[in-house]
Amino acid sequence: MNSITKLLLALMLVMGLTACKKDEIKDDTDSAVIVDDSTTQDVTTNAIDPRNHTDARNLDNPESLLSKRVIYFDYDQSTVRAEFRPVVEAHAAFVAANSSASVTLEGHADERGSREYNLALGERRGNSVSGLFSAQGVRGSQMSVVSYGEERPICRETSDSCWGSNRRVEIVYTAR
Amino acid sequence: MNKQLIYKRSKISHLLASFSLGVMGLLFLVQNSYAKLEIEILEGVSGAIPIAIVPLKWEATTPPPLTLPNTVVAADLYRSGLFNPLPAEDIIATPASGDEIRFAAWQALKNDYIVVGKISGDVVDGYEVSFELFDIHTQQRLLARVLPVKPGDLRYAAHRIADAVYERIIGVPGAFATRIAYITATGTGNNIEFQLMVADADGFSPQAIATSPEPLMSPAWSPDGNQVAYVSFEKGNSAIYIQNILTGSRQLISSFKGINGAPSFSPDGRRLAVSLSKSGNSEIYLHTLGSSDFTRLTNHWSIDTEPVWDSNGRYIYFTSDRAGRPQIYRIKVTGGSPERISWEGEYNARASISPRNNKIAMVQGSKNRYRIAIQDLENNRLIVVSNGILDESPSFAPNGSMILYASKENGKGVLSAVSVDGRVKQRLILSEGDVREPAWSPIIQ
Repeated sequence: MNSITKLLLALMLVMGLTACKKDEIKDDTDSAVIVDDSTTQDVTTNAIDPRNHTDARNLDNPESLLSKRVIYFDYDQSTVRAEFRPVVEAHAAFVAANSSASVTLEGHADERGSREYNLALGERRGNSVSGLFSAQGVRGSQMSVVSYGEERPICRETSDSCWGSNRRVEIVYTAR
Repeated sequence: MNKQLIYKRSKISHLLASFSLGVMGLLFLVQNSYAKLEIEILEGVSGAIPIAIVPLKWEATTPPPLTLPNTVVAADLYRSGLFNPLPAEDIIATPASGDEIRFAAWQALKNDYIVVGKISGDVVDGYEVSFELFDIHTQQRLLARVLPVKPGDLRYAAHRIADAVYERIIGVPGAFATRIAYITATGTGNNIEFQLMVADADGFSPQAIATSPEPLMSPAWSPDGNQVAYVSFEKGNSAIYIQNILTGSRQLISSFKGINGAPSFSPDGRRLAVSLSKSGNSEIYLHTLGSSDFTRLTNHWSIDTEPVWDSNGRYIYFTSDRAGRPQIYRIKVTGGSPERISWEGEYNARASISPRNNKIAMVQGSKNRYRIAIQDLENNRLIVVSNGILDESPSFAPNGSMILYASKENGKGVLSAVSVDGRVKQRLILSEGDVREPAWSPIIQ
């Protein structure tokens, strides 16, 4: 390697690092803004850790997985997709750690096919989530499954995306 | 003459070839506080039987109603797709009995049959309707009947006349003097309102028999036509009720943990097949009415739902995804191993059985199309009889001639009907909201 190449490489490396650094700085600035918005400076030290899934405050914290309450499913399927596992696990951790908490798992289906089959399919989706909850130590008394089948759609259009948003389980807290 | 009734007789024979023009066939408008149902014939049969329904001579002492019975008879026969009634303006004479018919004149108008008759009595004590059916070519009298009619029942009497004429000429009982139950949903979001409706089979006289802000589902008739079983979410979870449509009284049948769904009366009216998930997943149970007994009929981890009885009360047909996708199975009412019935297509659900137990109608899904298919149980041949995208909830007419089902058009739920051979199609549109889950009543004695 000649010295020019070395110089170029070094330059690229530095530039790359700078770029990374810029991103980090940008992130820091963003979160700093959030902290500044809060009323007291003390909040910084008592800040909610959004990854603490046993903290009830995270249920309303948009940064936390606990604020996400809807699990979506594939057509005629009731398996919780990998991308939604962390959300289910976060809620399971919360309910397992808070014995006074309870949830209703509302299962839904899209409009295709027969209504009573979809009612059963919605329940199977709810059961699929409740199974994962049980596996994480949630007691049966803390959760119930209700299926609405295709009767309570979020979206009323006849399209793939609309159907996708209707195939869901909603985690509804009846007690925190 | 009821101005709301429009005939276009000349169109009928061309309807088969002109599906898109078929909407012009016949238009009914029904107005009341609940609903407006429009009936449109989408497709008819070429070679429908020409028949003259002469206005029944009004000999009653009180004035006639707005819609005369002959209009109703003609509309019923037209709606079946098998008859082509002579338009009112072409009815040149009004004989009231056989000896007044000048057969040659009616034959010249190319009619095969003629119905004549008269109505006596009054609006307080009721009427007496007498009618006769003649074959114009042979001048033979095929039918002569006298019907006592309660005040307010003239429409019903007209449906009875249409039933008798249909049966005498076609050879199977008519299903005009019957009713339909269906669910409507109006409004959106939190302002949605669900109603369980009962109407005459021609869509007239719709009445809400239950109203709820929570979903109502799955109406099913008792064999005597006096009761409807249905699913209501008014308690937050599904529960099954039976309601008497004459008195309005109702009874909670089942509200177990999990699903309480898909009620179906046994042919003797003593039992109800239901789908319950109290064991953890949907299974078929048989409940003896008036008892607390729910006997489990299926036992499988899959979804087992939508049970329906065959007319002998021997088998329960149901939907199960035990083979991976939903298919129709049947099991003996006494138990045993279920037997798979539907084989064609990846998705078959929600069976309705013909009165003779020789055909099943079901929802057949393939990719993004859900249509109504009829499987002949004798030779297992299958025909698709609807052409919508989201067709569902097929229900056989009690005479087996047609299937009523729900479909979606322009984002709106509508009811449609199709003859079992797929050739005669009609559509019933409710002006507001979604109409769904039609159930055709038994023949009411």
